[in-house]
Amino acid sequence: MTESNSAEQFGSSRVKRGLAEMLKGGVIMDVVTAAQARIAEDAGAVAVMALERVPADIRSQGGVARMSDPDLIDSIIAEVNIPVMAKARIGHFVEAQILEVLGVDYIDESEVLSPADYKNHIDKWNFTIPFVCGATNLGEALRRINEGAAMIRSKGEAGTGDVSEATKHIRTINGEIKRLTSMSRDELYVAAKELQAPYELVAEIASTGKLPVVLFTAGGVATPADAAMMMQLGADGVFVGSGIFKSGNPEQRAAAIVKAVTFYDDAKVIAEVSRGLGEAMVGINVSDIPAPHLLSTRGW
Amino acid sequence: MTILSVGTGPTATAVPAGLRVGVLALQGDFREHAQVLRELGASVDLVRRPEELDQIDGLVIPGGESSVMDKLARTFGLAVPLRAAIRGGLPVYGTCAGLIMLADTILDGMNGQQSLGGLDISVRRNAFGSQTASFETDLDIPVLGEQPVHAVFIRAPVVETVGPRATALATLDDGRCVAVEQGNLLGTSFHPEITGEDRFHRYFLQKLSRRRR
Repeated sequence: MTESNSAEQFGSSRVKRGLAEMLKGGVIMDVVTAAQARIAEDAGAVAVMALERVPADIRSQGGVARMSDPDLIDSIIAEVNIPVMAKARIGHFVEAQILEVLGVDYIDESEVLSPADYKNHIDKWNFTIPFVCGATNLGEALRRINEGAAMIRSKGEAGTGDVSEATKHIRTINGEIKRLTSMSRDELYVAAKELQAPYELVAEIASTGKLPVVLFTAGGVATPADAAMMMQLGADGVFVGSGIFKSGNPEQRAAAIVKAVTFYDDAKVIAEVSRGLGEAMVGINVSDIPAPHLLSTRGW
Repeated sequence: MTILSVGTGPTATAVPAGLRVGVLALQGDFREHAQVLRELGASVDLVRRPEELDQIDGLVIPGGESSVMDKLARTFGLAVPLRAAIRGGLPVYGTCAGLIMLADTILDGMNGQQSLGGLDISVRRNAFGSQTASFETDLDIPVLGEQPVHAVFIRAPVVETVGPRATALATLDDGRCVAVEQGNLLGTSFHPEITGEDRFHRYFLQKLSRRRR
């Protein structure tokens, strides 16, 4: 991005990545109605993700999952003050164009929806609006950043309430980053090849020891303890999808997860907020899902 | 005013030994503030609990989601002692959400949103619109020297009215106020902590040093 003097500059990397910086230490909640968005904001969400069906329902109902109806997104934008995100299908740049004109604050190019392109992701540099993309490992994260993603979320396995994939993905990404920091330059060339990521990004991470964008985690977080665990594993914040509104007491669970993310390293607080939350989402073990139904394998 | 040392190199602001700066760490980009302050030689405490307010000489309230900070500050018993500390003269610097927290009046706030107050101003939350209206630009801020400040505005608030006790430090070309000062309080709509701009933090640390002496 070029620097210019005095003129106002919109949609720069700094501005796009900056909003994600401000969401750190926060919880982004999936909502399917304005009423749910209200509950999420009241509970202390830093942003809401507007979508038509939460991943658990997409999973159980099947069919092609697409961008939400603009009316639904409008109603959610009208309801809350906090940032509103919305999902576009992988590679569906027209859905992204629509979301941009609707005035959402962030687009999630998401594997939770049915991909529109099995080869290419959206060229995110073409947009003023920032994008968050999912990743299961460092190479995938760097390819998304190279395409212009301004925020990464580890994928986990959405709609399961099973946190094990989220754990695996955040550990993988952070482990691979750590490995890069110990490499010499000749090894970094090979690492870039193996990660299938641009050398410049690989070298940058080797020297800074972190991604150049904010890293949230997602996919299977259902309890305050799950959320705090993701934070202790090095996430900058947490997306909670089905985990809140598929539980017995969404208001209380949402507020509890917010507190657990702020006090992620204080077991006393996490214990306190975990009391009496009612039923968690029933969930489904990732190991029971047949491979073609895994969402985290979408995206390349 | 001694601003000669501002912005003339990493060692220009001598931070007195033992000076502790708190950064409110409920939510937001508190690590970025902590890093700028540490690079300037300050000892930094992340503050999430009321008792952690006792040991600090000044506080930075970071960027983030002001409604979330408000809620957590009240739930965990920080809001009341923090208000008292501000009234007692604790130097506080707020960026973006932090500016909202310091404003006496919030416009377009969430239902029931409360600020800590202290700055005799009204602030309009998210005054520019959605994220696509977020921008970066250069600002003239005479109090920090001649070199313009490169400022990043992210779903930023603006100071809509500046009361008699507060002073505007910077305005956009259209005249809207985006930085204010009042005694030991400092607030900006934008985020110096993410651009490598440390003059506001230096300026703020001078307030702490003066109060110490």
